[in-house]
Amino acid sequence: MTTTKHWTAVCSQNDLIADSGICALVADTQVALFYVKKQQAVFAIANHDPFSQANVLSRGLIGSKGDDLFVASPVYKQHFCLKTGRCLDDENTRIQAWPARIEQGQVEVLI
Amino acid sequence: MSKTKLVIAGNGMVGHQFLQSLADSGQLDNFEVTVFCEESRLAYDRVHLSAYFSGATAEDLAMGNTDLYRSWGLNVLTGETVTGIDRGYKSVTTDKGRELSYDKLVLATGSYPFVPPVPGHDRQQCLVYRTIDDLDAIAEAARKSRVGTVVGGGLLGLEAAKALTDLGLETHVVEFAPRLMAVQLDNGGGAMLRQKIEALGVSVHTQKNTQLIDDGEQCFHKMNFADGEVLETDLILFSAGIRPRDELARQSDLEVGERGGIVINNNCQTSDPSIYAIGECALWNGQIFGLVAPGNQMAKVAVSHLTGGSDSFTGADMSTKLKLMGVDVASIGDAHGQTPGARVYSFVDERAEVYKKLVVSEDGKLLLGAILVGDAEQYGTLLQYMLNGIHLPEYPDTLILPNRGDDKQTGLGVAALPETAQICSCHDVSKADVRMALDGGCCTLADVKGTTKAATGCGGCSALLTDLVNHELEEMGVEVNRDLCEHFPYTRQDLYNIIRIEEIRSFDELLEQHGRGHGCEICRPAVGSILASCWNDYILTEQNVSLQDTNDTFMANMQKDGTYSVVPRVAGGEITADKLIVLGQVAKKYNLYSKITGGQRVDLFGARLEQLPDIWQELIEAGFETGHAYGKSLRTVKSCVGSTWCRFGVDDSVGLAIDLENRYKGLRAPHKIKFAVSGCTRECAEAQSKDIGVIATEKGWNLYVCGNGGMKPRHGDLFATDLDRDTLIRYIDRILMFYIKTADRLQRTSVWMENMEGGLDYLRQVIINDSLSLGEELEQQMAHVVSTYQCEWKTTLESPQALKRFRHFVNSEAPDSNVVFVEERQQIRPATPQEKAEVEAEPIKLVS
Repeated sequence: MTTTKHWTAVCSQNDLIADSGICALVADTQVALFYVKKQQAVFAIANHDPFSQANVLSRGLIGSKGDDLFVASPVYKQHFCLKTGRCLDDENTRIQAWPARIEQGQVEVLI
Repeated sequence: MSKTKLVIAGNGMVGHQFLQSLADSGQLDNFEVTVFCEESRLAYDRVHLSAYFSGATAEDLAMGNTDLYRSWGLNVLTGETVTGIDRGYKSVTTDKGRELSYDKLVLATGSYPFVPPVPGHDRQQCLVYRTIDDLDAIAEAARKSRVGTVVGGGLLGLEAAKALTDLGLETHVVEFAPRLMAVQLDNGGGAMLRQKIEALGVSVHTQKNTQLIDDGEQCFHKMNFADGEVLETDLILFSAGIRPRDELARQSDLEVGERGGIVINNNCQTSDPSIYAIGECALWNGQIFGLVAPGNQMAKVAVSHLTGGSDSFTGADMSTKLKLMGVDVASIGDAHGQTPGARVYSFVDERAEVYKKLVVSEDGKLLLGAILVGDAEQYGTLLQYMLNGIHLPEYPDTLILPNRGDDKQTGLGVAALPETAQICSCHDVSKADVRMALDGGCCTLADVKGTTKAATGCGGCSALLTDLVNHELEEMGVEVNRDLCEHFPYTRQDLYNIIRIEEIRSFDELLEQHGRGHGCEICRPAVGSILASCWNDYILTEQNVSLQDTNDTFMANMQKDGTYSVVPRVAGGEITADKLIVLGQVAKKYNLYSKITGGQRVDLFGARLEQLPDIWQELIEAGFETGHAYGKSLRTVKSCVGSTWCRFGVDDSVGLAIDLENRYKGLRAPHKIKFAVSGCTRECAEAQSKDIGVIATEKGWNLYVCGNGGMKPRHGDLFATDLDRDTLIRYIDRILMFYIKTADRLQRTSVWMENMEGGLDYLRQVIINDSLSLGEELEQQMAHVVSTYQCEWKTTLESPQALKRFRHFVNSEAPDSNVVFVEERQQIRPATPQEKAEVEAEPIKLVS
């Protein structure tokens, strides 16, 4: 398995939904993508919810807790930090997070 | 040790309290208890008697019940009256010829209504107001009457007047004194109360001395007054005070007062130490106590003395707060300022119809009494000042002057109350009792009410109790912040009003003007719901979509594996064969697990995100609409088959259910709402366990509200009876919109009702009597929602933009490989993790 990471274009900027999520398939990985309108920023974390074992995090509601931006799992409502993948309710749980950006109308993930 | 033979004559409210206290003492085993209950019914709530005419049943009012008494091992004899006492032999005799010996005897015989000996007082249609049998007689007489008159403008008389107005009579009150409630109120308070009650359509005649009742010309009776005036009326209710039922004491030479009443000492013993007297038949220190709270205290003292305790009765505070025909009235302590040197502060607002008076000690430090009419919010605070001798603030008038925003509240903080402060007088609950309940694990107001019974009597202390519980919880470090979340320093109700008044149409606008941060999974759906309740825009517009839970976003119910279930609307549970076939065909084509729901619909499980639009395309083509099973909104209106088919049905429950479901479908609310309609009292639709339940009667529809099944079942409250269809719908419109306006986030109607100050009576005032003048507004708001209904799935299928989201991957047509089904009982179900590992390589058939 290669350790080299590349900026990979996954979808068009127009596919993003303001203050909400979508899911992209990158290689064999399900990536949840969130677009936070106020910051005009895109975030990428794993779509797999470790608590329900379902691939659903892209369908959660986003929000903020203090300075942390999070998505709340639609199944059992745990909060995951959009930047780091850290679970805000359980310090022993963390999901994968990847840097993401918008370049020339394309959403790119460093993966 | 042989058991003490204990006989109790009387099973009214105080008689019941005696038995309850005896049971609570844990010493029932030491007694052989016999209870004589003159009425055919065991003890019931006489304080709320007038509720009998606004929907409550005898069962609702009941306090004692046979099963409970049996479980306590009591021998209860209803419809049997003690008629004699032989103190020498220590035995009683009854009207049924029974003779029974006693070791200890308790007289709880209560009182009877005083009927002035006016010529004609015993004519037909001249009645009294004390028992449920009296009420039945009044209702019977009212059927033949147009005009009703109450003789007596005291507390009970005004209650009786309310009963007459509830029965639809033109109502008059005739009072001998120059004002209403002469004992509790002064002239100013009495005048304000009169003004308010007359505005409700009751005619008040003061300083009227009835001298003769004879035949009327327009009505059945003519009342002739000493001043020469006359009043024609069909029905007369005497409520001119009570007299103690002391005849047993008189016969057996127990000491009685000059003007009646069985003399008791501080242990509630009569002049014969083996005989106790409690309640309204007892005379303590020359006083009869005509309120239930002192009676309850006597009951507890008598039990204490019988079981070796040391409680004693040392008088009772006669302060009282009540709602008379929706008007708040309170009287505290020395309301007339009879204490030497007493000084008075008073406040009158004739426009708002509010009268308040404080009576303070000569040095201005202590509160001696108070009168509140039209606004009794300060009752709890003022009562505590008086009962506990707490020093008044420098300017005591601030306690009754209106608080206009910026002024600092001068109300007494609950922290200042001593531990012994009595919070609830009906159930004698002190501050210490409340704290003990909280220490014992109660963590909500409802828990405290349930455990201590505080605020479950007259309800006068509920505001004070709420403050106390909140204060104590805060002290214990329990967060009672009512802000919706960190993004909005407002309650849900505040936000609802802001959105309505400022006509805010989007979350971003609200957040910008009134909030901070990015919102969260609490405030986004809550605001989304409020916006939908107010404006009823399509929920998946660009600005609304980020507010919706996944269920609302995809208009289906997410299951544990990330697939969804689909529930089309089947209004009233009525469905054609063709539509049933379509449901089956769709389930078969998309390999969906099918189950019949409790709400008389069909739930189709296992649909993947990308299948939802295709499934709905087929359903909509077949004439189905979305069922909102995913929303905090109206779910179903369940119905029985009703008079169309059923041998017992008295009205068309299915027809009404369909109409109601079509009227309220799509209405978004703080939580889901369930209805049911039954076609007769057999109640096959289980309407009494629904938020809104309707049951057909011979004369119309009975409306039940705020019932619930689920985790904490609650029997619905009978809200109104025999309604015609238009009135029924008007009430439901108002109730639902009032719920949407005032409930907390995710609060079902049952909890909303439990927490509502004033409870069912208050809700009736708001909805039926329109006491907040909101009725028309609420109806208009509902009319807007009804007229802007759309099937969200139909709209979505017409919107390419909205449909874009209905795929698992934005960049691939592949399904989610993590969704795996296995077969069980000829249908699919989600695979367990072990099963998934086994079939990982080869998922079972996925239908395209």
